[in-house]
Order: sequence, then structure tokens, then C-alpha cells
Amino acid sequence: MSAAPHLNAPPALTHFTTPLAQTPFHPRTEAANRLQGWAPWAGYMTATCFGDSTMEHTAIRNAATLYDISPMVKYRITGPDAVAYLNRLTLRDVGRLAVGQVHYTAWCDDQGKVMDDGTVFRLGPDDFRLCCQERHLPWLLDSAWGLDIRLRDETEDLAALALQGPVSATVLAQAGFDIQALKPFRMTTCPFDTGEVMISRTGFTGDLGYELWISPDLALPLWDHLMQAGALYGLMPVGSEAVMLARLEAGFITTGMDFVPVQHAVREDRARSPFEIGLDWMIAWDKGHFTGRRALMAERDGKSSQWALVGLDIPGNVSAEGAILYFDKRREAGFITAACWSPTLKRNIAIAQVEARYDSCDHLWVEIYALRELQYQKLMLPVTKTARPFFAPERRRATPPGRF
Amino acid sequence: MTYDALILGAGHNGLVTACYLARAGMKVLVIEKNDWVGGAAVSRELTPGFTYSNCSYVASLFRPEIMRDLELPRHGLQILPYEGGAVFQEGGGYLGMYRDHDANRREFARHSARDAEAYDVYSRDVLRYCRFIRPMLLRTPPDPARFRPRDIGELLFIGKQVSGLSERQIADMVRFWTMSISDYLDHYFESPVIKAYLAVSAIIGTALGPMSPGSAYVLLHHYMGDVDGNIGAWGFARGGMGSITKALSSSLQASGGEIRTGAPVARVLVKNGRSIGVVLENGDEIRAKRVISNMDVKRTMLKHVEERELPGDYVASVKKFKTRGSSGKLNIALDAAPKFAALPEGSPAIKGDLHFTDSIEKMERAYDDWKAGHFSRDPFQDVMIPTMIDPTMTPPGKHFMSCFVQYAPPKIGDLAEGGRDWTDADRDAFGEACLNQIERYAPGFRNLIRHVEIRTPRELEAEVGLTEGNIFQGELTFDQLLFNRPVPRYANYRTPVRDLWICGSSTHPGGGVMGAPGRNAASEILRDAKLSPKDMSDAWPVL
Amino acid sequence: MPGPSFDRDVIVIGAGPNGLACAHRLASKGRKVTLIEAEATPGGGIRALPDLAPGLTPSLAHLVWQIDPRVEAAMDLSRHGLTWEATDIPTTVIGRDGNLVIRGPLTEGPDAAAWKALYQRLLSFAAALEPFRRMAPPRLQAGGNSWARLAKNLIGIRALGTKDFRELLRVILINAHDVAQDELTDPRLRAALCFDAVLGAWAGPRSPNTLILLLDRLAGEIAGRKGALGLPKGGMPALAQAMTNAATAAGVSLRSNSRVSRISIADDRITGVILHSGETLVAPVVISAIGPKATILSLAGTEHFDTGLVTALRHQKSRGGTAKLHLALSARPDFRGADLRSRLLLAADEHEVETAFNPVKYGEVPDRPVMEIVIPTAFSGGTGPHLLSANVQFAPHAPKAGEDAAREAMLKACLARLEEAAPGISALITRAGILMPYDIERQFGMAGGNWHHGELAVEQMLFNRPIAPLSRYATPLKGLWLTGAGTHPGGMSGAAGRNAADAVLEAKA
Repeated sequence: MSAAPHLNAPPALTHFTTPLAQTPFHPRTEAANRLQGWAPWAGYMTATCFGDSTMEHTAIRNAATLYDISPMVKYRITGPDAVAYLNRLTLRDVGRLAVGQVHYTAWCDDQGKVMDDGTVFRLGPDDFRLCCQERHLPWLLDSAWGLDIRLRDETEDLAALALQGPVSATVLAQAGFDIQALKPFRMTTCPFDTGEVMISRTGFTGDLGYELWISPDLALPLWDHLMQAGALYGLMPVGSEAVMLARLEAGFITTGMDFVPVQHAVREDRARSPFEIGLDWMIAWDKGHFTGRRALMAERDGKSSQWALVGLDIPGNVSAEGAILYFDKRREAGFITAACWSPTLKRNIAIAQVEARYDSCDHLWVEIYALRELQYQKLMLPVTKTARPFFAPERRRATPPGRF
Repeated sequence: MTYDALILGAGHNGLVTACYLARAGMKVLVIEKNDWVGGAAVSRELTPGFTYSNCSYVASLFRPEIMRDLELPRHGLQILPYEGGAVFQEGGGYLGMYRDHDANRREFARHSARDAEAYDVYSRDVLRYCRFIRPMLLRTPPDPARFRPRDIGELLFIGKQVSGLSERQIADMVRFWTMSISDYLDHYFESPVIKAYLAVSAIIGTALGPMSPGSAYVLLHHYMGDVDGNIGAWGFARGGMGSITKALSSSLQASGGEIRTGAPVARVLVKNGRSIGVVLENGDEIRAKRVISNMDVKRTMLKHVEERELPGDYVASVKKFKTRGSSGKLNIALDAAPKFAALPEGSPAIKGDLHFTDSIEKMERAYDDWKAGHFSRDPFQDVMIPTMIDPTMTPPGKHFMSCFVQYAPPKIGDLAEGGRDWTDADRDAFGEACLNQIERYAPGFRNLIRHVEIRTPRELEAEVGLTEGNIFQGELTFDQLLFNRPVPRYANYRTPVRDLWICGSSTHPGGGVMGAPGRNAASEILRDAKLSPKDMSDAWPVL
Repeated sequence: MPGPSFDRDVIVIGAGPNGLACAHRLASKGRKVTLIEAEATPGGGIRALPDLAPGLTPSLAHLVWQIDPRVEAAMDLSRHGLTWEATDIPTTVIGRDGNLVIRGPLTEGPDAAAWKALYQRLLSFAAALEPFRRMAPPRLQAGGNSWARLAKNLIGIRALGTKDFRELLRVILINAHDVAQDELTDPRLRAALCFDAVLGAWAGPRSPNTLILLLDRLAGEIAGRKGALGLPKGGMPALAQAMTNAATAAGVSLRSNSRVSRISIADDRITGVILHSGETLVAPVVISAIGPKATILSLAGTEHFDTGLVTALRHQKSRGGTAKLHLALSARPDFRGADLRSRLLLAADEHEVETAFNPVKYGEVPDRPVMEIVIPTAFSGGTGPHLLSANVQFAPHAPKAGEDAAREAMLKACLARLEEAAPGISALITRAGILMPYDIERQFGMAGGNWHHGELAVEQMLFNRPIAPLSRYATPLKGLWLTGAGTHPGGMSGAAGRNAADAVLEAKA
């Protein structure tokens, strides 16, 4: 087992002049970013909005969009014990993942509290890629102790683009990539330029969509090639604002927004177990030991979960972002972690954490402060528990994918 | 005329006590042996046009509650956060520190990708310990041997703090408090230079090495402060550290208190077991209803109170109180900014703390020299150039450089023989070792020097009055912390002599320009005098 | 689902004093116990090592500081052949200007009164803390605690009286060096206090938290005698033999020459052990006395444990700082007239003890080591060749210069130091052997060569021994338990063995 020690090291010592790194697509995203709206994401500059978030979100649900996901943290795990390693690390059974398949998973510390969620790509029998929000090198190396694997942080070695929207398959076909037979959570490799691009049918929008993975030196040609292929189909780059809206409609949770990763929780009570954020379905109890298993079994058997993560429907059209939930309008019962007026669903939706005893959300009210011309108006509204995903169109699963 | 309160020593804690007492309506006089106020928080012009923070040199611990209560910003105090820092490595490399999280991570990753990420978890863990300890700072420690309601109440308060934590975190915290910083860092980090950088705060001012158990606590002592709520951050006082005591003096005078400088005290007057005032060295007597000493407990009790006025046990305990000095200081006026060979042009690192000790082993070896009664041959230095940020301290383009040095023993020579006092030659040799070390990393530095002040524990004791030159007025080990500080039973700022109080860093929560001992002492004095501490706001809650 | 059937209740791995005490306790409570020992003879750190010369049988431990009174009573060791050469061995400090004899609280010279007062105060502190040795480490939060017992222990400490209670709170984490300097003037007494505080530790006497190590040592007793120093007739192996006799008499089945290669686990619980020979022994409970690191990281396998626990255990400090020197001497050595029926300390003052630790911090060998010498043959009145056994402080566990070079340098430094204390001794040496910490690790399986299978330091005591999640003898793996010096309270008094056995019995009940 080994790790490349200086992987994140920039070549020059002047990185203090550019505290945020740029992704391989930066020359294009910068040119397209009419508002020059940028925000940090995992140490990279990422576009919040290229010009109009509403139109960008509309394109996700109507046409096709490109979103630069290069900042996503990527680890490569290879070696004879790779399966044993990932099974020890994560909640799901990697042994059941076929080569060419991807699954969504999460992992916990000894106490069964969630450190992060992410996707595992099985590139070969002993070859995996783990993609996630947070950096985990110390924990991943510690978990590898005694196992014969090689772990590499390949965040900077791989550029990635999300191509999402109902027309995304058409754009790919137009670009000459054969993905007609590609099922959800599968991947394929296509030749491109002097190299190849890996295409997975994955995404964060809950819509038909793909993610493209490529060597950084081919990043710009790929961008240009796709933009050209998508020109007639309304393909446009989108920023994080539109994507966050889409992910909420899809009911996906985000590390650091809907729950605090335990390794960063200063206040111990902020940590959450998979039961408490609705990820318990992925626990493979029968695969053997994994980190946190005994704590999670005790939680399951003792029914000791403290929290529940719920989807909510809220009357009216005022976003409940940052609001507090009350039982019977009085006792604090939880809080909203993400909320929006959904343009796709024409509903006011939210994801919330509520104390486990209020899991049913009966008699829960949300207190919203609506800012109207410098003045907050207080609303106290009843909420209704709603299944997630909020939005799950047939087209996201159809194989072969539809044309539009 | 009789004062309500006479404070001996115009250091920051003495002034804090004086301010609170004056605001509660007492007639207060502060007397100071030097011709200037400030104690160890001073700005001194020792060469024309150059202001030195010639003792303490950075601020973080000073309690914001005190700044607010005493309106120090209105009296001129400004705290400036500083940025960056660097550890220079043998062989020409360096480790830089940046305020920006990601720039800092990338910099750490040059040395170890693993450590760069482990740093986040490490910082989180240390922050947890800080959050635990901060509520204890502005409280009088309980006496665990007594069953008075207040002592029991304070013990319960601590118990409540503890019971708010998980079993796992309590165990972790006990480990942290009792460990050496070296062992503690080994749990997180692999890079020697990163470990060396992080160990710095665990040795500053202390007579411990980074491999001594208990040094991890000392690190916490340096991390538990904040600049504007950023726990662990440090800053400069604009105009030098004297700005803090200057603002305190101004606040004191605004509320009717008096300060008399150049008035060294000879003896505390005790009559029928009560202190009634002092006699100055010039023979003047000053009467007061209570005397509050900002001097360390040893100096107060062993030099200025007659032994027959004190119980034998108490004197024995005070004699056991450890005040071994371990630090020296160089204050340097520079004609231009030094150029550190390793730093790229424009690096903000030079605006922060600069170190030349790139491994824990080197730090520990420096400590071994101290144990053997020698100043460190290859010393550890914490070098800062406040004028990189603060334009008020020197003429434009010129700089003031503050070099805090470890280790410098209180006595020189064979310990089995007891050692001997420092001589001027020792002091100069010590200064040379420090200057040469800097010159190695900043060639040409020595040519920029216009003036140097070299201070060993001897100078610190002679001028500031710190016994054995200990900058904390007593070492920060568990046997001298909390209810053991300065001595068991008398951790409540009182002494066996009625109306004689202690308010300096010898008392809980200890050294650093914190003001907490002074405020806590004032709180006890006002409680005894049945006066309302109306201008003393409650300690702010930790959210 | 019917569980597998077992023909034994418990397997104990490692027949050192704690393994023996543990197995004995369980067998005497009616459990069917198999005790597995890798070596030919039981005893662990007190077993007989190969003869240095005919009739000169060394052992790693060469003195007894304490035997848990519960263990001593239950095993009835005197009935099983244990007799004492002495239980009140005096200490002779070989000083710069003459020797000083210390007999418990008694000594000579200007410090006699101060020493007596200090010694008795320390003894009373030790006695107040001692009850904690006889229980599993307290938990820090509700649940699983014996509150009555805990309260009783705390009341016992407060019963020292207000003054001593305050003093105990002051010195509980103090360093030995400061106490020596505060209370004593004779450098030899200071040396003795400092040496005994850091014997077996990876710390110099200036390190905070060292006085408590001395208190821990003084907390023990032998045959009802507090702060005793004992040597069994026939040497330390005789103690091992008596404990073995007691254990087998209680029904423990002892398997010597059997090395465990793997603890077998099925369905997240213990099923037994697999020996190097390939033989499988089944049992629902396995208690390992061979050290927490060896047990979890090697025998059971990290795949059965969470990453955080494994990492904490890997990082647990287990640096051995003591080397063991054995010399065969052709005749009685002369330590400037010292009575050889005493424990000889070669440490002139507190600084020498500290200075000997300095290089070890950097993986180097000290020029002037300090040492504790026992000449067992002098006690038995033998007239033939003599065995000199010495604990030498400090020695690096991972020397920078390489193991062989360090061993050679260490031996040289020891011999030079001995020659200085006992002029002419070099000429008497017929054979010399030294076990560096890494040799001790190899021969005795003690991680890092540390006597306690993990440093006995405050941050690794009580609820943090060996690490927090393993501190109450149980492990998260059902059926696997820990005992031995690596668990609370450390040492070879048998207390850890007894406590672990009680924890297993309690869990079953």
C-alpha cells in the first residue's frame, strides 16, 4: 500500500498568489462566464452562474447542459485487496458491483457516523475509483493498513464534466459517442482525439444525464467538441446555483449542506448516522465486518437514532431556506437543510432534519422569514412529509435513451 | 489619605484589576517601579524612531469581554490580525503558512499530502479542547478540598462541562492534556517540518520540551484565545504591545484611578494579620484598605512580605512554586526588510511568525541544553516583523524585528552545582547564536541591524520583575494550574494575609497577555467588599 | 440457531503472571480453561532464560515489586512452593562520595527525617490510589460503573485529610525531579527517587507525570508488606513455577510449546484459536495476555475491527527504554563495600538519570547509563561464580545506528559505568549478555520491548489503557478479551489478570 506523497503539490511555490486552483476547463468556463460569478469548491474556482441561473436550470430540464465537476475528489484504488478494502471502508457490498458498474455509497467512522457519501466505479476486477465531496486521504490510508492495495489521489489527474438534460444522449450521439446501450449506473469508454473518454450514466440532477471523465490535456478539445455537437440542441454551460436547484428537485443530499461530515463536526451532536440521513438502505449487513458496523447494529437493534431526514412539501411559494421546524408551533423539532420553489414541480419543497420522534412530520410547522423590501415577514406554515425524489422522470432510466 | 485599593505593578493584569475596581467606585492607586507602565506588555523606544514590543509581542489571549467592559478600543487599542508564517528548513526549503485554507493545504501538501488533510481533523480536535477550556478562564477555580457552596458549585460547573461530552471525547481530552505534543502530533502527522511548526505553541514560554508530557496543554494555552472570534488566531497590537497597557491606563484614569510610576515598593505593611499599605523604597508609606499585587507570587510573598507574617506551610508552598525561566528575547531595529533566501518574492509568509527549527528533535535538543544549564546552541526562535503590517512603529521602510528565543536558563552552568548568574559575556554569546541563525537563512541580515536589545532571563527579572525570567509568572504544568495555581487552597486570588491579594499571571488561568487573572481577582475583591461589579459583563457563552 | 458446542469455556493465551492469574481465577470459578504458552516454560517475563553459565539462570524481571494480594491469597502461592529469599531488600545507592543504604522509609544522613516523611506521605498516597488497581477502569459516563465502589475509592482519597488531599492533587501529575529537589538534599536520595519513578518507563524524571509512576509502584505489596522489594528463593522462575502449580491445581490445562497463529472468528464472534501446528482449539471465549497490539493487529486481524480503533492502537506508544544486562562473574564484585544482598543503584543524582534519557529520545545510546543491579547469587550465599542482573536505563528501542551497533555501544557504556562503580569488576566477567528493547520485543513479544506491552504513562492509563475503546478488558469482537500488562493496571502483579477474569465472569453472569 502506498500513496503518492506530493500529488497535490503545485510545481511552483507561488500558489499563495492563486489560493483557488483552476480546473482544466477554466479557459472555457471563464470565457463563458458572463457574470464572472465564482465560488470555491474543494479548493477550485467553480462557476456559480454563467449569466442566468433560471435559464440554466431550465436547460437542465429541457435541453442539455455542461457542468464542470473536476473539483470532485477522486481516489483510485487498485490491488488484490481492493474489494476487501472498499468493503471494509464503505457501507455497500462492492463484491456485488460488476466491472463497468457504478454505485452510490457512503462510509462511517467507528461510531457509525457518516463521513461522506460518494460513488464507486469498478474499472476492473481489482481497480476502482471513489468520487466524493471531501478529502479523506488520512482515513483512507489508515483503513488500508494491513491490506494489499495502492491508493492514489487522482483528483488533479482527471478532468470531469457532467452532461445532463433530456437531450444529453442526443448530444453525445451527435458527438460520435456510442452510448445507446448504456444503462443507468454503467460506464463505457470511447476513443476521443488522441486518447479516450470514459462516459458513465450518472449524475446529480435526477434527469437523463452522463458524466465524462478524461485526461486534463484533452479537457479543452472535449469541451469544444461537445459544445459544437450540442449547438443545435441548446447545450449550455451551467453553474452551481442551477445544479443545486436540480439536485434538490431530485431529492439528493449533499455532504456539508444536508449533514456535517463527522470528521469536521466540532460539536459532537452534529454527527449523523446513515439511519439519520436516510442512507441506511445501503448498509450491506451480511458482507462481513466494516467500519462502524457494530455501532450501526446497536443503533438498529436499539432503535436509538436521534434524527431523521425527510422531504417536505410546504404551502405557498416562499422558500423555507434556513428555517426552523416546530412541533405544534412551539417546540423546536428540526430544521431545513435545503429548500426551494421547484420550477419543474411547481411546488415548494425542502429537505429537513427532524428529531427522530417527529419522523412522521405530523403537526410540524415551519417558521419562514420572508424578506420583502428590507422587512422580514414571518410565516408559520404546516408542512407535509413527501417522498424523495421529488422529481423522477421516466426518461432518466429509459434505455436506450429517448431523443429529447 | 487611605486608598480603597493599592495595586502593586502596572502590568496588564494589575491595570485590569484596577480598572474594574475603579469602575465599581473604589479609590484606586497603581504603583509601578519602572518609570513607565506596562510590565511585560510594553512599547519602548530604545533607539530613536523605533518602537519595540520588547517583551510580549503578539496578542490573542486578551479576553474580549475585558476589552469591551473597559472600552479599550475607545482608549486607543486596535488588534490587527496577522497573516502567514514560515518554517525555514535546513537545505533551503521552507514550509509556509497561509490564512487561506486551500492555499495552506496546498502548501502543506508539498511536504505531505496526508498531513495537509490530517491538519483539518487536528485543528478540529484542538478547537474542541479550546471550546471546553474557554468557559473556565473567567472563573475562580474551586477548592476541591472544601465543601463551601461556592467551591461545590464551581466543581459542579466543571462537572457539567465534562458531562456534556461523549465518553470518547472525555478520554481523548484527558489524553491530550497529559501527553507530550510530540506524541500527540505523531497521531496525525508524518512530516517532521509540519510537526515542528505545530509544536511551536507547546513550548513557547515553558520549561518543557516538545517531548515532555504536559506540553500539549501548553499548546492549548496558546490556542484558546481569539482575534474577533477566530479561536486560535493571533494578532499585533497596533503601536506595539504597550498599546494594551496604554489603553488600560487611559481607561483607568478616565474612571478616576491614579497611577504612580518610578515608585518601587519595599515592603507590604501588615498589621494584625491584615495588610494596610506599603512602604516604598524611598521610605514613603501609602495606606490602603487592601493591597493587590500584580507581581508573581514568589516576588510578592518572599521579597515584599515579612516571613513572620505568613504561615510556614504557605511559605514552603510558595518556595516550591516553579518559575524557571526558559526564554530570551532579541529586539532588533532594521534599516530594511530582511530577505529570506527561501521565500519567493511577494510571499506573505514574512508577515507572520518565522522559525528556523525544522524538526521536533532539534527543539528537544535545544531543551536538553537548557536542562544542562546552557542556552540552546541551536536555539528555537519565533521571529516576527510587526512593521510588515503596523506602519506606526518605525520610520517608513525600516523595520522592528522581535525574536523570541528558547531556551535560555535562569542560571548558567552545572546544575548539580546550582549554576551561576548570567554575565554580559553570556548574554552576548546568546545573542550571537540567535543572530547567526537568522543570518544563515537571510544572508545580509546582520548588515541591516541598527540596534539590538538582548534580553535573557536575567534582564527580564531585573526590569520586568519576573522571578527567574519566567514569562508566565510560573510554569504551566498541572501541579501549578487551576486550583493548584499558585498554591493549593489559595487559588482564589487571596493570600494568608487578609486584604493582601494576588492578581497576576501566577494565578489562574495563568500567563500570556490575557487579563483574565486580573479580572477574576477584581471579581473576588468586589464580592468581598460587597460592591456590585456592574461594569463586569458575564463571560460570553461558547456556542 | 444452536451455537457450536465447545468442550472448553475459555482459552487464555500467554502464561505470564497475568495469564496465569487470569486462568487460575476462571478455573477456580468452575470454568474449563486452557492456557496456551508459546515457550517451553510458563512465566513470560519471569521465566527462566537459558543459563549464562552453569547454575547462573537469568530472567528478564529480576525483582518483585508487587503481587496483587487477591491473587496471592487465591493462588495460595506458598502452598505451591513459593518461599522468599527476602521481601525487604534494601537499596544501596552507589554515590559519588560513598554509598547510601535505604530501607523503605529509613536511611541515614541529614535527609533521614525528610526522607521518612516523604516516603510515608507517598506511601499513603499510593495506598489511597491502590483500590483503582483492583477494578476495571471506571467509565466516564453513566452505565457500567460500579458507582458504590467508585464513591468508596474517592472517599478513601479524601480521607487522607484536607492537607494531604490538597498535596495529592498538586503532585498527582508532577515530575519526580521537582519533588526530589523540593524535599531532599542528598543527591543519592534524589537519584533513588528519580530512578524508581522512571524505571521501565520511556521518560526522564523531569518529565511531568512521573511521580505517579512511583506511586503506582509503591501501591503494591508482597505478603502484606507495602512498598516491598522481594526476591523468591530460586529466583523469579520459582514464582512462575508456583503460579503454574497453583493454576494447574485449580484445573487449568496448560499447553506449553504452543504458539497461537490465529484467533479464529466466525460470524463476528470468537470460535477459538489455531496453533502454529495447525491444530484448532475451540472455545467461545479467548482472553489474550500477550499484548493488545499483538492480539488485535496480528492474531485476530484488523479486518474485524474498525479503522479508528486499529489506528489508535497502532499509534499507541510502546517504546521500551530499558535494557537488560546479564554478567557471569567469576567472583564477588566489590561495589565499594556495598552489601550485595541489596538492590544496587548506579545513579549519582537526579541529573544523571535525566541525562541518560536524553540520547534515547533520538534513538541514540547514552554514554553514562544508570542502572539497578541485583546479584541473586549473593542472596543465596553462593561462593561460586555470581550472576549480575541489571536493568539499564535508558536504551533506544529503534536505534538510528542500527541494532547491532547500538547493542555493542550499550554494552560498552554499561561495562565502563560498572567498572567505575566497582573497580576491578571487568576482570571478573566471564560472560556478558545484553538484551536491548528490540531484543526483548523479539524474545518476549512485548511491543517495542516495553515491559508493559504499551507504555504505562498517564495518557495510557485507566480508561485510556491500552486505548479508550479497549479499556475494560472486553473488545468489540464478541468473545475476545484482553488482559496482561498492556491492560489496566499494567505490570506483572497479576492484577490485570484477576480484573480481566472478573470482567469475563461478570459478563457471563
